Amino acid sequence: MEPLFINLAEAFTGWMISLGLDPGWAEAVLLVVKWIIVVTIITVNIIILIWLERKVSAFFQERLGPNRLGPFGIFQTIADAIKLLTKEDIVPSAADKLIFKTAPMFFIVVAVMLYTVIPMGKGMQVINLNVGLLFFISVGSLSTIALLMAGWGSNNKWSLMGAVRSVAQMVSYAIPLAFSLLGVVMITGSLNLQDIVLAQDKWWFVILQPIAFITYFIAATAELNRGPFDMPEAEQELTGGAYTEYTGMRWALFFLAEYTNLVAVSALMATVFLGGWQGPWLPSWLWIIIKTYAIILVFFWVKWTFPRIRMDHLMSFSWKVLVPVSLGNILLTGAGIYFCRWMGWC
Amino acid sequence: MQEFNLELMIKELEVLMGDKLRIGSDQFFAVLNIESNMLTVLMTKLRDEYGFNHLANLSSVDYGEEFELVYHLYSIPDNKKLLVKTRVPRTSAELDSLITIWPTADWQEREVYDLMGIKFKAHPNLIRVLLPEDFEGHPLRKDFVMGGRS
Amino acid sequence: MLESDIYTVNVGPIHPSTHGGLHAEAIMDGEIIENVIVHLGYVHRSVEKIAEGKTYQQYVPYTARLDYLATNLPVLGYCQAVEKLLGIEVPERAQYIRVIMAELSRIASHQIAISATGIDLGATTGLMYGMRDRERIMNIFEMTGGQRLLSSYIRIGGVAADIPDGFIPAVMSLVQDIPGMMDEYNGLMTGNEIWAARMQGVGILTPETAIQYGVTGPNLRASGIAYDLRRAEPDGIYHRFEFDIPTRNGGDSLDRWQVRIDEIGESGRIIEQALEGMPNGEISTRVPKVLKPEPGKEVYHRIESAKGELGYYIVSDGSSKPYRLHVRAPSFINLMVLPVICRGGVFQDLITNIATLDPILGESDR
Repeated sequence: MEPLFINLAEAFTGWMISLGLDPGWAEAVLLVVKWIIVVTIITVNIIILIWLERKVSAFFQERLGPNRLGPFGIFQTIADAIKLLTKEDIVPSAADKLIFKTAPMFFIVVAVMLYTVIPMGKGMQVINLNVGLLFFISVGSLSTIALLMAGWGSNNKWSLMGAVRSVAQMVSYAIPLAFSLLGVVMITGSLNLQDIVLAQDKWWFVILQPIAFITYFIAATAELNRGPFDMPEAEQELTGGAYTEYTGMRWALFFLAEYTNLVAVSALMATVFLGGWQGPWLPSWLWIIIKTYAIILVFFWVKWTFPRIRMDHLMSFSWKVLVPVSLGNILLTGAGIYFCRWMGWC
Repeated sequence: MQEFNLELMIKELEVLMGDKLRIGSDQFFAVLNIESNMLTVLMTKLRDEYGFNHLANLSSVDYGEEFELVYHLYSIPDNKKLLVKTRVPRTSAELDSLITIWPTADWQEREVYDLMGIKFKAHPNLIRVLLPEDFEGHPLRKDFVMGGRS
Repeated sequence: MLESDIYTVNVGPIHPSTHGGLHAEAIMDGEIIENVIVHLGYVHRSVEKIAEGKTYQQYVPYTARLDYLATNLPVLGYCQAVEKLLGIEVPERAQYIRVIMAELSRIASHQIAISATGIDLGATTGLMYGMRDRERIMNIFEMTGGQRLLSSYIRIGGVAADIPDGFIPAVMSLVQDIPGMMDEYNGLMTGNEIWAARMQGVGILTPETAIQYGVTGPNLRASGIAYDLRRAEPDGIYHRFEFDIPTRNGGDSLDRWQVRIDEIGESGRIIEQALEGMPNGEISTRVPKVLKPEPGKEVYHRIESAKGELGYYIVSDGSSKPYRLHVRAPSFINLMVLPVICRGGVFQDLITNIATLDPILGESDR
């Protein structure tokens, strides 16, 4: 089972070469195929995730959740997707149309780009970048711009307030997010995600970097705009925030992108802190799926338990708690590395 | 402050207000009928000296020639109660606002203005509260013609 | 120095957190609220004018629609006011049934207030806890009046019908579960760090301001004044029951929220005593089909509704219809204090304050 997908890819390349295609071109075609596969996986995965979140939240709230369409209501999301696709696409007449229309596309493109560098198994990666982690963080923070575009383009006070809040929030939380990952980078000495996974064959970094794991989890919740940090959306206060004016598929793109981000961030968390695809017995690509889903469930748990934090508390929490703690963790890690070298353990 | 005595209070007020004040009572309340120009004086006294700190209800009734303003006063927490009434003529339906004595009179007076058309002098924001701004007439007046299904 | 403009945000009338058709115009400087202007009347149905065209009995169902979340309380208040006006005595059994229904309504209303505060603050699960427990009360209402939300079960002179079989066990089991419910609400929300940070010190209502603005009910008691009409001016048979008046001293949102949770417990105690003390007998006095009070007679009757002092001012002209009927709606008066407690807070506090003041628009707009 282990090299299933790699063998498939090799067989596909071999088949193309046997058809008389130049090996360079075959690689390029393979890359496109990989991309299509990634996008398909993302879409199918999200359909499952939305269903799962509904079921899980229903479990927390002692409800039944979707239960009509198909066994356990698993086709509910598909029905919803069809509904959203066939809905009228309303663009407010006062909106800045170009920005309004491009914002959701930009948001989802950014979200999908994150998957390029995540190692989904042993040797399974769309592109093995040697600065994979840096790529992930920098591309991930681009979604701020998409939210700002949505808020500004909608020409609505709620949207703008949501956008302004989300920019403030995401810029503030990007710093502890990056700092939390720095400890891991210091230990491995590499930004390549495959290297980081391989460095965890003995100890998962969650054991070596427990503080970073927690700060990363909190900062990631904020970056994902999930509860209790769902400021940009804040249905009860901002009536949907940056997404207020969006309808139909444009709104659905935001929705999809949020879940795409959720999976990407959880996968990165599994990769960096939980040993990535490493694990006994099962094939590597299954391990990363299990770990990612475990983290996603924790995200669900947090969202459906906590009330929304207040904006000023949110900001002061980032700057006064998370940033100092993550900086302290870097200091601690540095000292630890020197101590380790001095003792001759590593 | 000495023990509150309703009869004593009424006597004191009678002396003070003279013929501006008529004392009555019904099954449930001691009623003070005051002339509308003395209303704020009486109310200030009732709040400051007799401790009626809770203006529970402010309402109005249309009696044809005149409108009657009704003020149900209570005190928290010792729960003494009093009913103050005053009348204004329909032709010049206007009297002093109590908003400086009890801020709670604010919306209640606006409601009376809105539905009964009685104006309150010195009310800082006397606009309709329940009906739309462009509504014509005051529906709780008895001569208001009901529209719609007729 | 950066200069910022004052701008307005219209919260409502169509907004998820305005509990109906409330329209609060927030005048803001950045995230700080300078002032709030409340616009009412989006659900104005002119119930006071309607009353002048209906007989006393016909009007009963209209009162249920005033506070549709605590449906038996406004009906009870109205019926008691008319009974006072006519000097009608209500049989013992009906009194006890009324108390049980009224307290169940209070619990239902507070559960909505508690759970709606939960969802307004983003704790969606909080909403479900309250709704789940309220469902049982709705089932009990359905048993008695056949209607879940707007039962006009209480009538002038008594109640519409005797309680059915299964009513007492259902109420009993509900009452026994109330402490557990309270623990759950407290466990999920009160102890939560974020919850406390969102509510503590937010929208402080001092006792002086509360009295000046005529604020009553749980909102007043959260400011430290133990004023409850069930104790101060007991209508019906409330003086027979033993219960405490829960108060808090801070007057902030957390206190208003906790007072409501505590009141659920006290209502449970009252119901328990009422179930024990309920005698057999008539459920309604014989009331004539056409009620004609003495001309010129008037009454102001107030009860402790779930939201505060609910008063009915009825003037009779001797005919079978009220000459004038005025409803002193607690939500209407309580909302007046919203701008006062919001000033200087941030925008999110406005939502918290609306939720913890717990207005019901059917009542405030009438």
